[in-house]
Amino acid sequence: MDSPISVVFATTAELAFVTTILLLLTATPLAWWLARSRKWWKEVAGALSALPLVLPPTVIGFYVLIALGPASPLMVPLHWFGVRTLAFTFTGLVIGSLFYSLPFAVQPLRTAFEAVGDRPLEIAATLGAGPLDRFLTVAVPLSRRGFISAAILVFAHTVGEFGVVLMIGGSVPGQTEVLSTRIYTLVESLQYGEAHRIAAGLVAFAFVCLFVLLLIERRAARISL
Amino acid sequence: MSGEVEAGFCGTLGAFSLDASFSVPAKGVTALFGRSGSGKTTVLRCLAGLERMKGRLTVEGEVWQDKSSFIAPERRRVGMVFQGTNLLPHLTVRENLAYAAHRARDALPLADVSQRTGIAALLDRVPSHLSGGEGQRVAIARALLIRPKLLLLDEPLSALDSESKAELADYLAELLPRLGMPVFFVSHEASEVARLAHRRILLESGRVTAIEALSPSPK
Repeated sequence: MDSPISVVFATTAELAFVTTILLLLTATPLAWWLARSRKWWKEVAGALSALPLVLPPTVIGFYVLIALGPASPLMVPLHWFGVRTLAFTFTGLVIGSLFYSLPFAVQPLRTAFEAVGDRPLEIAATLGAGPLDRFLTVAVPLSRRGFISAAILVFAHTVGEFGVVLMIGGSVPGQTEVLSTRIYTLVESLQYGEAHRIAAGLVAFAFVCLFVLLLIERRAARISL
Repeated sequence: MSGEVEAGFCGTLGAFSLDASFSVPAKGVTALFGRSGSGKTTVLRCLAGLERMKGRLTVEGEVWQDKSSFIAPERRRVGMVFQGTNLLPHLTVRENLAYAAHRARDALPLADVSQRTGIAALLDRVPSHLSGGEGQRVAIARALLIRPKLLLLDEPLSALDSESKAELADYLAELLPRLGMPVFFVSHEASEVARLAHRRILLESGRVTAIEALSPSPK
């Protein structure tokens, strides 16, 4: 009944990859607005986007599950396409991951955008660059380390998800089963050897991610001195 | 009136309040002169459109700002030289110049301008490898490249050591009077103003107290 480990690995990688791409696209405008706006109430959005840092994954999983379930009003438009629910599907898993990893994209991007400051953008404006032009040709290249950090953190954090993916995905073999939930299943059935292999692999992967991240930050600190 | 730069800006920035109006010929070099905190830089930023206060601004008959309109800085064609850092740090000197040239419809040839402003040898450097004086010269070259309708300089000499300060002052004294467009520069040093400007606008706590001619304006 178990699907091969390669399938579980591929599902995990695909989930992390799709989440990273979608989250960089959606978190970038949000982080830009949080970094640039002078309104105090922007921090309402700032706090909301940081909530997944402190909430139990089961809370996020629970609400996303309800929102994607057959009784949810959010699902009504999809009923026209014959989709009744996104719970226990890969798409549902991606949606849950987007919420769960949102702060890991927003925080580094916001910090990087804030570090750009007003001056380079004002220089670009007086040289004839409009808002979008300034963003793409000045803010983005000057924040590239923020983008790299955000991508690494989101990818690693998505691979490290457990509670949310279990609640929304249900660890359906071949569809929503990922490495972290496979370990859980293996341990439940006392297959410690196989669990060890995956767990040790995840430790090594997480270590490499964080190590690379620290090297990038160290370089950034050296350059700004 | 055409042939003039007519400005009036009114507003507050934190505890500072500005209420400054002036009209000067759209020719020659005008110094915005006053103590620190008098509002010189704010006026310059209003001219560039980087600060938006209530008021009006007309440059040679063209309305840049009034009650109902405000032209964004990127559409004003001003050459702005900021105090201190002026170059986009992720681009080389050549790329900094090209950034400006690409966005202007009829920029001057890059090679000519860099030749004339004496920065040809710096083109392939990155901004972090330029001295303060070199950075300012590149910024001036970049500003001239786009044939600005106004050239705005914010304390162009202030961030420099005394040697490069004297050098750049000589350079500006030679360059500025030859330029076709009106030049505004901010300074708190009377000697600098006397040497470089045709007239000066005196500012005190956000108000214009006098407009004085210093040397005959160019025809």
